[in-house]
Amino acid sequence: MASTGEQWRLEIKSLDSDAHARRLAERARMLLGPVASNVRSITATALYFVAEPLGEAGRKLLGDAVVDPATQQGTWVVADDGSDGRFDTRPYVEVSLRPGVTDPVGDAFSRAASLIGLRGLTARSGTRYCFDADVDRHMMELVAGALLHNDIIDEVSFDSQVRARFIGPSTNDVVEIVAVRELSEEELAALSRARGLALDPAELVAVREFFVAIGRDPTDAEIETIAQTWSEHCSHKTFRARITWADGTEVEPLLRQLRRSTDEIAAPWVRSAFVDNAGIIAFDESFDIAVKVETHNHPSAVEPFGGANTGVGGVIRDVLGVAADPIAVTDILCFGPMDTPIDALPIGVLHPRRVRDGVVAGIADYGNKMGIPTVAGAVAHQEGFTSNPLVFAGCIGLRPAELVLSGQEPGDRIVVLGGATGRDGIRGATFSSATMDATTGDVAGASVQIGDPITERLVADVLADARDLGLFTAITDCGAGGFSSAIGELAASLGADVELGAAPRKYPGLAPWEVWLSEAQERMVLAVRPGNLDALSKICREHGVSMADLGSFRDDGQLVVCCDGRVIVDLPGEFLHEGRPTRELVAERAEPPPSTGPRDASQILDNAGPLMLSVLSHADVRSNEDIVRGFDHEILGATVGRPYLGSEDDGPANAAVIAPLQAVSGRGLAIGIGMNCRTGVIDARRMAEAAVDEAIRNVVAVGADPAQISLLDNFSWGDPRRPEMLGHLVDAVAGCCHSANAFGAPFVSGKDSLNNEYVAVDGTRRSIPPTLVITAIGIVPDAERIVTSDAKGPENALVLVGTTHSELRGSVLDAVLGIDGGGNVPGGDADSPARMRTIHQAIVDGLVQSAHDVSDGGLAVAVAEMAMGGRLGVCVNLGTEALPRGGAVDALFSESSGRMLLEVVPEHAAELCARTGGAVIGYFTDEARIVWRVDDRIIIDVGLDESLHAWRGHVDSRNVQP
Amino acid sequence: MTRPRALVISAPGTNRDNDVAYALSLAGAEPVRTPLHVLVRRPQRLLDAQMVVFAGGFSHADSLGAGALAGLEVERSLSEELRAFVASGRPVLGICNGFQILVRSGLLPGSLVHNSDGRFVCRWVTLEPVADTHCVWTKGIEDPIDCPVAHGEGRYVARAEVIRAHAVFRYADGTNPNGSMLDTAGITDATGMVLGLMPHPENHVVDRQHPRWHRGEHRNLARRLFDAGVAHVKAAG
Repeated sequence: MASTGEQWRLEIKSLDSDAHARRLAERARMLLGPVASNVRSITATALYFVAEPLGEAGRKLLGDAVVDPATQQGTWVVADDGSDGRFDTRPYVEVSLRPGVTDPVGDAFSRAASLIGLRGLTARSGTRYCFDADVDRHMMELVAGALLHNDIIDEVSFDSQVRARFIGPSTNDVVEIVAVRELSEEELAALSRARGLALDPAELVAVREFFVAIGRDPTDAEIETIAQTWSEHCSHKTFRARITWADGTEVEPLLRQLRRSTDEIAAPWVRSAFVDNAGIIAFDESFDIAVKVETHNHPSAVEPFGGANTGVGGVIRDVLGVAADPIAVTDILCFGPMDTPIDALPIGVLHPRRVRDGVVAGIADYGNKMGIPTVAGAVAHQEGFTSNPLVFAGCIGLRPAELVLSGQEPGDRIVVLGGATGRDGIRGATFSSATMDATTGDVAGASVQIGDPITERLVADVLADARDLGLFTAITDCGAGGFSSAIGELAASLGADVELGAAPRKYPGLAPWEVWLSEAQERMVLAVRPGNLDALSKICREHGVSMADLGSFRDDGQLVVCCDGRVIVDLPGEFLHEGRPTRELVAERAEPPPSTGPRDASQILDNAGPLMLSVLSHADVRSNEDIVRGFDHEILGATVGRPYLGSEDDGPANAAVIAPLQAVSGRGLAIGIGMNCRTGVIDARRMAEAAVDEAIRNVVAVGADPAQISLLDNFSWGDPRRPEMLGHLVDAVAGCCHSANAFGAPFVSGKDSLNNEYVAVDGTRRSIPPTLVITAIGIVPDAERIVTSDAKGPENALVLVGTTHSELRGSVLDAVLGIDGGGNVPGGDADSPARMRTIHQAIVDGLVQSAHDVSDGGLAVAVAEMAMGGRLGVCVNLGTEALPRGGAVDALFSESSGRMLLEVVPEHAAELCARTGGAVIGYFTDEARIVWRVDDRIIIDVGLDESLHAWRGHVDSRNVQP
Repeated sequence: MTRPRALVISAPGTNRDNDVAYALSLAGAEPVRTPLHVLVRRPQRLLDAQMVVFAGGFSHADSLGAGALAGLEVERSLSEELRAFVASGRPVLGICNGFQILVRSGLLPGSLVHNSDGRFVCRWVTLEPVADTHCVWTKGIEDPIDCPVAHGEGRYVARAEVIRAHAVFRYADGTNPNGSMLDTAGITDATGMVLGLMPHPENHVVDRQHPRWHRGEHRNLARRLFDAGVAHVKAAG
């Protein structure tokens, strides 16, 4: 019960908080601009609220236990619910989590209390932020809204104490009956909107007809179960839809195209593709690799930290859900421009800086705490991502090659491991499948949650032990849809008897349907033979993980869910999993936006040096080392190919390489990423081909064998019910399949996140640009011989392999110039597969000193990056056969696919060129300058330090635009 | 004694226990993973162990400060047993969060606070051993050690005379990642049996782990620290 009497709180202040306070203020000024210039420091004080009255002795004991007197000062205060100002007269704001939101800090405080004998204490946490005396209330509200709290999860109080609210033991066992049988189609649509079901009209009719046929109305749990199961997120209804072009031509369903491509490639190393929670491929004789990339876009838009945090936790559970041990995490992030003025933001949209900081912190928090290295990633920026940022999180796992799970059978127990169930993350699957608008943040509050990486790590440890002892027959994670989709999927053909009463709860008062639907994190569902329950339970106790037996599998396909004896769901699996009417959609090819006129080649060449610096400092090209250093990429001791490397550990990597210590084969696995979100609206098919090519070149460049590469696709798109949006998607899938077949590199897993649109208050619709992320997984035969991009020796020759076409449309050059100069966007390259094979052989034979793929920013960027990584100069001559004569602009900035730069010792240059079809375009030097010339005419001569300065993101007068 | 038993202690959130176990195995010890809550209930497990390592991570999510809760648990329930363990000449090592736990529990002097720039940082550093210390973990180590740091609360703070008496490793010039006083990276206790350090020697135990291995740099292996610890217990034993 929420206590009405006096509420005690312990305030802990760091004695050394100045640096932190200044940094927080600096972030506020960065977000708000000059109006916030008087925000010079924001001092945080930790608050701990306790629900139970503690005597003075108890408070002293507890304070002494948690406060480090050398560095902190702790004070117990009785909350008075009014403004006090007894300890600090400066203006302040207090923030604490809303009731029901997971509060690991509060839980830790309770644990500290129990360690000193004060058992059963309930605690919540909060923070007070103190401002300088001259900061007025309005400014404080601005800063707090922009930086310090998020209405979705926090309660906030200005100049008065926030009062923590504890969830009391209310009861809520209502099972509502939702009358659908009598509803018209309009009324059904209204019901769908009101409950956030995100179902299509045809689907609503199918639901109504089903319940008419069985002669009763659904319960709330049933209607929600259907909505989750049929959501885009869970059922991929667009990728399974019947699609026709506007002219009537039928398109093979997209998912079927991708699967057919994989089937046709028939790669012997693919163990499982598109079936399980993650794709599974062979690594060596002892191990297989599991791999999955997921999106967590909408949650990250409304609560960046929690959204990204649980996105990482979720994709790690996908890998746990195929009984693999997670060994690496990837992240690909798309944000709005960082310099977006705060008053230009649509209502309800967080500033890109706030989104970025929260997302980056959320990713770091999960990977770092769970102990999985975050090893590869990319960051892209577009205006279209401002109201709908994208967060792709990937996970790679390792599992014994001989592992066979026998599969669930009737009578197997349904066991849940891990976190308790609470009112967090209700309706996540339908939330992520709908478009967003200004009210999304309010209504979606419950679909956001904070992850608990510590629990997930313990669950992972339990699962590894249980797997090695053969204690479960099937496994899946609790993701979107919670139990309803995890148990629903495991029981799809068998059916199940579920008793929810046994599920551990975070607090009382959950309605039965909430327990069934909750997406509380860090839970896994296992199928366990009854005889193995005791052994599993023992392992769980050792690791301190909770386990509950929720029922058993049936044999008749009926899903029956009870809560404390009452039936809340009684549905046939056939209707749930086969009853959704196939979506029918129309695609249309949109005209690409008109170009703004041709580029001025002579002006570009006259300013080639400054332009190169501008391109290097562009948000999509520049170094992200400041972000990456916040991720632990060293843990597990296997990251031999790091995200930043070179003579000063700060050059860019092509791909990450993991050499698991437990693998005696000495192999490594390479993780490469391909993405270009500037070209999709112009030609989505070519964009997709180029993305596949880029991802593959990235792994080949570090030494992976092109004969054994596997791919993952992740589509983040606008609303596919809009024909031109769907047209881009159809084209992109065709490009993916074409390139996969050309390289013999099968897709083994994929995920689509559609409906990434935002409807503003005035009705205008903002869609993200079509965004495809391709992840390539390659095998490096000898992890001790990886190749990196940093130049190794002065006088070594620089060889360009591949053809440079005039493909400047959608280039970083155009972005920097602020134009669309027309022409082609880069697409695939028919010769690229053969070229990659010759390059790989040259690497294996030891001919290659360093290698770097050419992509964003073109050769100008790739050459500079190699030089910077090795702290060497470079001199390139554009007058060679290898580069387009009379097309110096193309040579410098075109982003054609299929190209690779190789460094070779001079005596091997001729052999390398002969084998790869490449040509020497220049030499590295020990003069710290980047020089480009056309025969005798120097067109770029830039110092290495200037180049590094720009690449670290500094734009200044030295690199102005022409 | 062929392979000395080394307890690798973990609390919920400890996550470099596997890395530490791997390093100990390479050095010739037999790592035995032991959850702190189990050791608290059965402290007699210390009796047949020759060394103890508190591994890194985020015990209890560092919720009340890095290592605070686990440190409290060690202080309340295990400090006497650990002091007896050390007094009998058996070494204890705390790495990163393990160091924070040892400091919070009072087994090592000083405090570890937020990095001076307030940010978590993961990068490689070079550690210079302090000459002629009494610490058993660094006996025979005269050359620098290269290994990564990965922490947000690693700035070592103590009175200068404490540091002068107990510092075992200093960050090499220009590599101090956190603003530690006097570039302190590692601290021992009065007996020389206990070592705490923020960087992760367990992540540089084979040559190819060095970040510039592909440039022909493979040096300053950190495995020597574990070798020294094992050599000490073998000699004692």
